[in-house]
Formats: sequence, C-alpha cells, structure tokens
Amino acid sequence: MKNQALYNYILGIADNSLILGQRLGELCGHGPNLETDIALTNIALDLFGQTRSYYQYAARIIGEGKTEDDVAMLRLERDYKNVLLVEQPNTHFGYVIARQFLFDVFHLQLMTELQHSEDETLAAIAKKGVKEVSYHKRFSGDWLKRLGDGTEESRLKMQEAIDHFWPYTAELFDITESDNEMIAEGIGVNVALLKENYYTEVSEVLEEATISIPDNPYFKKGGKQGIHSEHMGFLLTELQYMQRTYPNMSW
Amino acid sequence: MKKEWPLWEVFVRSKNGLEHRHFGSLHAADAEMALENARDVYTRRNEGVSIWVVESKYITASNPEDNGELFEPAQDKVYRHPTFYNLPDEVKHM
Repeated sequence: MKNQALYNYILGIADNSLILGQRLGELCGHGPNLETDIALTNIALDLFGQTRSYYQYAARIIGEGKTEDDVAMLRLERDYKNVLLVEQPNTHFGYVIARQFLFDVFHLQLMTELQHSEDETLAAIAKKGVKEVSYHKRFSGDWLKRLGDGTEESRLKMQEAIDHFWPYTAELFDITESDNEMIAEGIGVNVALLKENYYTEVSEVLEEATISIPDNPYFKKGGKQGIHSEHMGFLLTELQYMQRTYPNMSW
Repeated sequence: MKKEWPLWEVFVRSKNGLEHRHFGSLHAADAEMALENARDVYTRRNEGVSIWVVESKYITASNPEDNGELFEPAQDKVYRHPTFYNLPDEVKHM
C-alpha cells in the first residue's frame, strides 16, 4: 500500500463513528420513547454517513479493487482502531447519553480542527461533519443536564454512567504512530492539544448538570492499538454477520 | 412511561417565503425538547427552514357539533369568492 500511515489515520477516526453508530443502531425500536428513538437513530445515520466517506477514501488508498464494504465489514477485531469508549454497551439510557456526550465533545473538537487539514478529502468530510456533530453534542448535552439536574433517581443514574465512562476518556488524546506522521505532514490533528479544552468544557457541563467530576486517576486504553474490551467481539459478530455468511451480498 | 409528557403541535416552514404549516404532533417535556424532537421527527428529510412548536393545550378548537352554524351559512354565498372577474391571461397565481 502506498500510504499506510494515511490509511491507518483515516481508520483511527472512521472506526469511532462506525462502532458508535452500530451501538446506537442497536437502540432502533428500543428508545425510551418514539421521539428519542428517532433522534438516536438519526445520530447513528449521521455517523454511518461520515464512516462511508472515510471508508470510500480508505478503499481508494488500498486500491486492489477493495471497496468501502471490505474496509467496514471484513477486518479482524485487532484491525479496528476505535477507542474503547465507543464500543461499550448501552446498558441504560443514562449510559447512552454519557458515552455520547463524552465522545461528542471530543468529536466536535476533532472535526473543527480537521477542517484545516492539508488533505482536501478529509477537510471536506470534516466540514460536513461539524454541523452534524454540533447537533449530536447539543442533544447529548441537553439530556445530560436534564437527567443530572432532574430527579434524585435520574441524577444518581447519570452520575453512575459518567463515573463508569470517565476512565475511557483519556485514550481519546493518545497519539499513535500514524498520528505523528500525519501531524508532521499537516494532514492530521494533534489530539493531545485538545485535551485541556476538552476537560474544561466537559467539566462545565457536568457542573451545570449537578454531576460531580470523577477524580479517578486510572484510565483504560488499548482500542487505538487494536486491543479491545470483551464487548467488541460480540459487536463485530453482529456487524459482520451478513457479509461473512453471504460474501459480497448487497441490497 | 407512567407520566406522559405533554403533547405539542409542530409547524414547519418548508421554504423561505412560505408560511409555517402544521406538520403533526409529538410528546416533549418542555419547549426546548419539543423543538429538538420536532427537528428529529419532522425535518430529517430536509423538509424545513424554521420550526414553531406550541403546547397542544393552548390551541382552542372549534366544536364539530357547531359546524352547522359556523360553516354552512357560507356554502350558498358564492359571491364572496372573487370569481366574477375576467382575468387577463397574463395574470398568474390568482
């Protein structure tokens, strides 16, 4: 492959959208009510739309007649580069909102910066993504505040969900090898520089939501290197089932 | 849900220059949520440029039983329509 680092860099961004979209897709028909169900499915579709653009680009880089479906559906678990945060199960609505919000704040920062990439395709995808992700953050942030600053029970559940996902946030800002190469070429975003603003912004919203900011100093990581949690295999089994059972099927 | 959220009516302006039209209704806890829900439920296929929401309880509706006295008297008064003018062909959209 001509440009392995660019390929890996694209997957590092795209896989987050694919896997989080798959998690949200599981809620289709199972949302807490009709309106929220549609909202979550809309977000999933936004994420899949972004994923397609990234994977089409990635497939062009591989060449050899590969398509977006090969990239999305036919990789092994170790070849997915998404962070651990996005593969975690839905558990309950508070978890869905906490995971979404903690990702959305980062995602919007990343898209905002990526608009200035030297790579025109990535810059164009990011430009479209910024508007979508802004809405995702508005949705998840509003719900976080509603539930946090709601009843005593909703606050406890929201706090539990934030505590649960907090250890997964630091990985968002880890720099990989392909990150380094792409940053040097002016293509990639230096996510380490986003960290301070991220925690400032997240803390402000948590405060408004009357949720205490966890002070857990232990963070979990590995997804960016392809070392995933026990949930990932089950998620991929469902995601890949059709393509593996009926190779090359389409509709 | 034990406690249902109140019902809201949704009005969407499809294009600049057109009026807001009633699109349907939905449930939401307050106005802000009603707007976001309306965005997700009614404008996901690019239907709108502006949304109004109003809680359904603030709409006063006419009683169907009164239809006789409210609407029937107008039925035989065709002269209230401006259909007795000869319009030049050049005038469109009348």
